Amino acid sequence: MWKFIVRRLLITMPQLVLLSLLVFVMASFMPGDAFTGQIDPNISPEAIEEQRERLGLNDPWYIQYADWVGNLSKGDLGTSTQYHRPVSDLVWERVVNTFWLSLLSVIFIYAIGLPLGIVSGRWNDRLIDQIITGYTYLGFATPIFIFALVTLWVFGFHFGWFPTGGSVASGLDPGSLEYILSKLNHLLLPALSIALIGVVGTVQYLRSEIIDTKQKDFIVTARAKGAPESRVYNRHIFRNSVLPIAAFFGYEITMLITGSIFVERIYSYPGMGNLFIQSILLRDFPVVTAVVLLFGLAAILGALLSDIILSIVDPRIRIK
Amino acid sequence: MSNEQTEKVMDQKVEKSPSGMKIFWKEVLRDKLALLSLVFLVITTIAVFGVSVLLDKEEIVRVDPFAIYLPPGEQFILGTDQGGRDIFGQLIIGTRNSLSVGLLVTLMSGIFGIIFGVVSGYFGGQVDNIMMRIVDFFMVLPNIMIIIVFVTIVPKYSVLTFSIVMSAFLWMGIARLIRSRALQEKELDYVQASRTLGSSHTKIIFKEVLPNIMSLIVVTMTLNLAANIGIESGLSFLGFGFPQDTPSLGTLLSYATNPTTLEERWWIWVPAAILILVLMLAVRNVGEALKRAADARQRRAS
Repeated sequence: MWKFIVRRLLITMPQLVLLSLLVFVMASFMPGDAFTGQIDPNISPEAIEEQRERLGLNDPWYIQYADWVGNLSKGDLGTSTQYHRPVSDLVWERVVNTFWLSLLSVIFIYAIGLPLGIVSGRWNDRLIDQIITGYTYLGFATPIFIFALVTLWVFGFHFGWFPTGGSVASGLDPGSLEYILSKLNHLLLPALSIALIGVVGTVQYLRSEIIDTKQKDFIVTARAKGAPESRVYNRHIFRNSVLPIAAFFGYEITMLITGSIFVERIYSYPGMGNLFIQSILLRDFPVVTAVVLLFGLAAILGALLSDIILSIVDPRIRIK
Repeated sequence: MSNEQTEKVMDQKVEKSPSGMKIFWKEVLRDKLALLSLVFLVITTIAVFGVSVLLDKEEIVRVDPFAIYLPPGEQFILGTDQGGRDIFGQLIIGTRNSLSVGLLVTLMSGIFGIIFGVVSGYFGGQVDNIMMRIVDFFMVLPNIMIIIVFVTIVPKYSVLTFSIVMSAFLWMGIARLIRSRALQEKELDYVQASRTLGSSHTKIIFKEVLPNIMSLIVVTMTLNLAANIGIESGLSFLGFGFPQDTPSLGTLLSYATNPTTLEERWWIWVPAAILILVLMLAVRNVGEALKRAADARQRRAS
């Protein structure tokens, strides 16, 4: 197992280098540099040129790249041209919001996906399975932004059950119970929108996995030994089919990122996805670069985590 | 074997195995939903491309301050938007644009992904190892985001560059699928035989392996088309799809980010939303029917 983990870590290294290169190339194609929005028109061009030289903006690209990576490792993500604040501060405020949104979405995905998948696999081709399969068929074809718009329209505006924007009601004391409840209330609808669409893959995978496992020898043996049906499902099949699902968590991160971009925009929820879109529209490229870098990092590390967990719960993977 | 017997055998009608097209039609005719979807797609495509020739694009995107937010009525079948532009006309042009870009992206990403996948799988070993690590890397990236960034920084932005940017980050799925089939395929006798006869790798890949996995390619590209229509409308929804003056289905939906439009002016965004959903479902239904036709195990017993 250690051999697999070490090899998997070795693959991650070039991935991180590739990501940093990709983001660096993207950043260098973006218009503007460290001075954008800061130049006083009264300063002479010579002085600006001197500053550029001092900051290393005239260096060849590989030196600039090395400087950039060096700054990153110190946690310096540059300065926002729009807010004139360090990007790291700006991002930090938003990361927390997106973290809660993603966490709640994941909880919903498992809370909805596991029962649906198990029921539909256990009673496959019965009415209940047909209903669930119909749902996954529709869910697979529904773009998340349409679904989020419709839920916002129906439950946010039409019925008025949920707030339609923001992350917390104003005028509440941070840390008080009302504050936390209000946060949760603002999170429910966006998180459900992500979860109800994002759950489809989990349900489909679990269903086919259970139908597959049902006919395997060890299940037949368990039945032959007289194990009651509930025990066969709850212990033998569950253990075999559900653990790999838990390990897909890391791969879900890419899906969650895409979901958060659309859903945060629709619910005007102040998270990373919304920050990303706003910064692009405002041409605030240091922030854009930082967000892409962080999301890319999260996705790569998520995949790493998934593979490691998977190699622990499912030894078949390691042999390859 | 006596002569008589041979003649007897010759007399018997040799039943050819049915052609791919025939199996597909059989599958579609049996599956009423797929049939309905196919009919719908054909009619929509013809209607949308036909009507959009007749419609005057300038007329539709022209701002008319006297007709802002008109509900559906006699003059405008589906009402107007905040610029007094006819929603119905925008819907037609939008569908045409979304379909065209969906097709273009599916083709471009498909061709690149197929070649990448088939080369990786056919050669196998170290080549495959390196090529698949590249696929893994792109697969795990949050691609929607990266597409958005490239869309904003690409110079001379047009429908073509938009499609190229999209394709550049959407080829991995099909590459991986084709690669795993090519891995199986190259172990088969016909590849070995062809190799022994001295055929070049290029000839084997393009003239022999590719035609043999054609059914998989057609199925995957159809399913990708559905996904790409969704992705395009999503990007247009966020404002990073088509250039400003070109309506798409996603552009109509983006008007719904205005709360009043979302709540009260349903005619602006609901038709576009339904159209995207139905289009994606229809393409997928046809794709699923193709899939069943291509895979004998999934085909229903006749």
